[in-house]
Parts: sequence; structure tokens; C-alpha cells
Amino acid sequence: MKNHYQLLVIGAGPAGLAAAADASRLGLDVALVDEQKAPGGQIYRNVGSAREGVRTYLGKDYLRGKPLVEEFLQSGAIYINNASVWYLDERLETGLLIDGASHFITADRLILATGAQERPMPLPGWQLPGVMTAGAGQILLKSAAMIPNGRVILAGSGPLLLLIAWQYLRAGVKIDAIIDTTPWSSLPGALPYLPRALPAFDYLLKGLSFMLAIKKAGIPVYKAVVDLRAEGHESLESVSFTTGRGKGNERTKISIEAETLLLHQGVIPNLRLPLAAGCEVEWDAQQQSWKTPKDIWGQSSVDRVLVAGDCAGIVGARAGELQGRLCALQSAHQLQKIDLEQRDRVATRIKHSLKKHLSIRPFLDTLYPPARAYQLPEDETLVCRCEEVNAGQIRQAARMGCVGPNQVKAFTRCGMGPCQGCLCGSTVSALVADETGASMEQVGYFRVRPPFKPITLGELANT
Amino acid sequence: MFRLIDETSVDTLKLSIEGREYEVPVGISVAAAVLLCGFDKVRNTPVTDSPRLPYCMMGICFDCLMIIDGVPNQQACQLEVRENMTIEVQQGAAELLQER
Repeated sequence: MKNHYQLLVIGAGPAGLAAAADASRLGLDVALVDEQKAPGGQIYRNVGSAREGVRTYLGKDYLRGKPLVEEFLQSGAIYINNASVWYLDERLETGLLIDGASHFITADRLILATGAQERPMPLPGWQLPGVMTAGAGQILLKSAAMIPNGRVILAGSGPLLLLIAWQYLRAGVKIDAIIDTTPWSSLPGALPYLPRALPAFDYLLKGLSFMLAIKKAGIPVYKAVVDLRAEGHESLESVSFTTGRGKGNERTKISIEAETLLLHQGVIPNLRLPLAAGCEVEWDAQQQSWKTPKDIWGQSSVDRVLVAGDCAGIVGARAGELQGRLCALQSAHQLQKIDLEQRDRVATRIKHSLKKHLSIRPFLDTLYPPARAYQLPEDETLVCRCEEVNAGQIRQAARMGCVGPNQVKAFTRCGMGPCQGCLCGSTVSALVADETGASMEQVGYFRVRPPFKPITLGELANT
Repeated sequence: MFRLIDETSVDTLKLSIEGREYEVPVGISVAAAVLLCGFDKVRNTPVTDSPRLPYCMMGICFDCLMIIDGVPNQQACQLEVRENMTIEVQQGAAELLQER
């Protein structure tokens, strides 16, 4: 590992892998840094060592990551794995923590491909042992071939919830219930976007096939659910909720025993490193999340920083990969490895394909909006899991005059814990906006500060 | 709470969790191992002393902080199991490391 590269790519998911592989082939001196031990990101996690057998339960989309990982490994790009980025500043100095030692790397260009995280779903009891994200369940499946033992419930909204239900069914898990919090009202809103989504009809077919498999398996599915709660003392004991209006316009209160509850309400960009690099972020009302604005080539608001994949706004794995390739072309052009004509010629096909994969997004975004109840939780619900601050305390801080999340942090410690607001940031901004009547743009987001990861003084000194 | 899909044909290693020896598959994360061995918590929170288990499994939430080989505040979901590793439940805030 050198201390300077022409191009440093952060994140080994589809966007980062494609960016690093293409840039290296175009003649750039490239390193790719990633926190995991093997390339693939979360979507293709562990795919390099996946045996053919996993196709039966993870599906063929997962194995699509295999050639991409191969392509990257053979590209000549330097791969720095098991490396946590604990520091990044506006001069683009990147601090890595690798096996108890700290390293600093600089680069002429930085491509951030830090992907997505699940949108926090604060509801009563979500901190109880036994409640996890649906993504966590999927990571256990991909990286450890582990499945829930005992009664398991999936709850929330969005395509990933359907996918993991399908994967669990294939892996032999008995799912006790699927609790869908998608409001009835979202479908009429999404339908106008359906014609525009037709170029990506394979996504639609896939979704329908998951729904069909769930129906065929006879799993109880509760639709348009409200008032979802995880209940228990030292751990999850049951999940209670109120069903959507049935034929007679009635609602029913239901409680189901469970040991595991997997929550999901969509994914949001992982913005920590774009923010640390000084990139502007903006509120995306359609995706109900902050994102890093960029041009078609991935150029962010900061001169030498490009962004690709979900960290720039949720696009999915296939589109992320294509965005990574465009970033590679642009970096190679900026660093004088290819001329404008060559860049544009190679980019034509990539852009065409990207357009197709992006066409499904407006439909999905409007079909699966996050429910308001889990963006603006009731007062007693925990919002900040680290410092254990509830929604009532945040509302109180806003009423006292805190105009944004950074002031709320100073007054309540909310967002001051080790996750630095990853699990509360979007909720805090929404609560302050709701309480003060300001817009999300006016309220803003948490500032991020290194160290992004716990690092001991010993590790810091060990260079 | 969790089990292996296929218990056969898995290479294993030995490690200790809360002073007891366990045999777990090679290559999995510490957080996965703790779930597999049926533990009901990885830590107690510093503010209300509440039990927690891993939540996101991808390094975002920091709910899986444990004491690993004597070092507190380690993200159990980001560390791979090793032979003879010592894993302990973290009680409240991390204590300062003694000279090693």
C-alpha cells in the first residue's frame, strides 16, 4: 500500500468495483478501500466464495456479482480490505484503520461509493433484543448461512422486504407473518409512473413473482398496518399492530408472539463520507432522504470528488455499477488518460443502459413511501439508540428553540453516540421540521466529525 | 434465535464467549457467532443499562459493541472470529484500557 494514488475508490459494492476496475484498465493508478474482508458490498456480500448451492435461496441476481468481483480482481487495481475509513477531510486526506494500525492516504481523485443503509424505523420497542433490520437478516444469510430459529415476523415496506421473504422461504424458514405498513393510498399515487417503468419490466416481474411465492406459501400477510409495536421486557416477546381497514371498514388489533422481528422501510444513502469530504447534500422529496447531488459523470460539488451508486441517491445495484463506470471514464479523462471523444464514445452505451435501470425508481419510490408514523414517532419512542433519547425530548428541544439537528444534539446528546446519527439523523431532522414548521432544507442534517469509527490512542499512534 | 441452514460440512474453530467455550463456523463475524450461540445480549447500554443484540450487522448502528480479546468498544459485526478469541459482554460505557 502506497500513501498516494491517482484514484482512491471507497466502497467495494457494485459502484466501487466497477469504477475501480474500469479506471485501472484505463491506465490510472487505483486503490479501492473497503471495510469488509471480501469484495461485493452488502448486495453481493461474500459472493466470491459463495457456492453454487446458494443460488437456490439467494437467487440469480445475487450471483450476478460474481463476474463483477472477478473483473475487479483481475483489473490491476490495488485492493485494501478490512480497512475502516475513520478519517476524511476536505483536503481529501483519508485515514484508514487496518488491523489495529492507522494509515493515511491521499489521492488526486476520490470516488465515494459508500452505498446505502436501511432507513431507520423507530417504533415502540425497536431497541429490544430480537428486533433487527431485514438487511441484518439477509447479511446473516449471505455471510454465515444463518436463518432465524423460532417464530419470525417481517414488518415494514419495500422491495427488500419481499426479497428477503422469498429468500427465507427458499432457505426453508417458516415465516409467521408479514406485516406490511405500506398505506393503501400509495398505489394510486404510483400508478401514473408505471408506464415510465416499463423499460425495466423485469424488476416488476421479479416483484410479482415474490408476491406470488409469498401467497403460495400461505404466510399470513397483514396490509396497510398501523400502530406497529415490538413488545417484551428483556427481549422481544410479541409484535402488536392494528390492521388496515377491511371490507366492513373495520380495523382489528392483533398481537403475535415472536422471537425475531425484522424491520425494513426502504434504504437511504450513506452520507457520512460525502459529508466529511465537504460535498453538498440536498433533500430528495420523492425518495424522502438526503442525497449527494452530482452530474451524469458523478461529479459532486467538490472539485476532486466523484460519487457513484446509492450514496448519491438510491438507484439500486445495476444502476450503481453503471454510474461507477461513468465515474471511471470521467476520472480517466480528468487525469488525461483518455480524450473527450473516447470518453463520450464509451459512455454512450453505458448511459443508455443506465436510463433503463433508473426508469423503475419513480414507481418504486412512490409505491413504497416510508410511513409517516415511523418518521415522526410518538413521544415515548426511542429515536437515538446510542444515547437513548426519545422523540418527546427532541420535540421539546425544538420547542425550546433548537432550529436544527446540531443544536438538538448539543441540548439532548441525540446523535452524539458512536453511530454519529446514522440511526437517528433522518428522524431528528423530520421531527424538528414538523415541530417548527420549517422545511427539511432549512432544518438540515447532522455535521459529521472524525473519528467515524472508535479508534484507540494506541491505534492512532501505531502508524 | 438463529441457526445454520446446514450444520454438516462446516469447518469450525473454538473460542470463548463470557468464559464458556464454543465451536463456531470459520469465517463468520463475532456478532453472528454470538447470535448462533444463543446469547440474549452483547452489551448493556451506558444510559439505561438495557440489553442489546446486534441490529444492523453492517457496521452502521454500533449496537453490537463488545469486549473482544480484552479491548472494549469493538464492532462485533465487523470482526471475523479467530481461534481462541475471547468475547465478553460490554457493561455500560467502555473502561479505559490498562497497559497491555
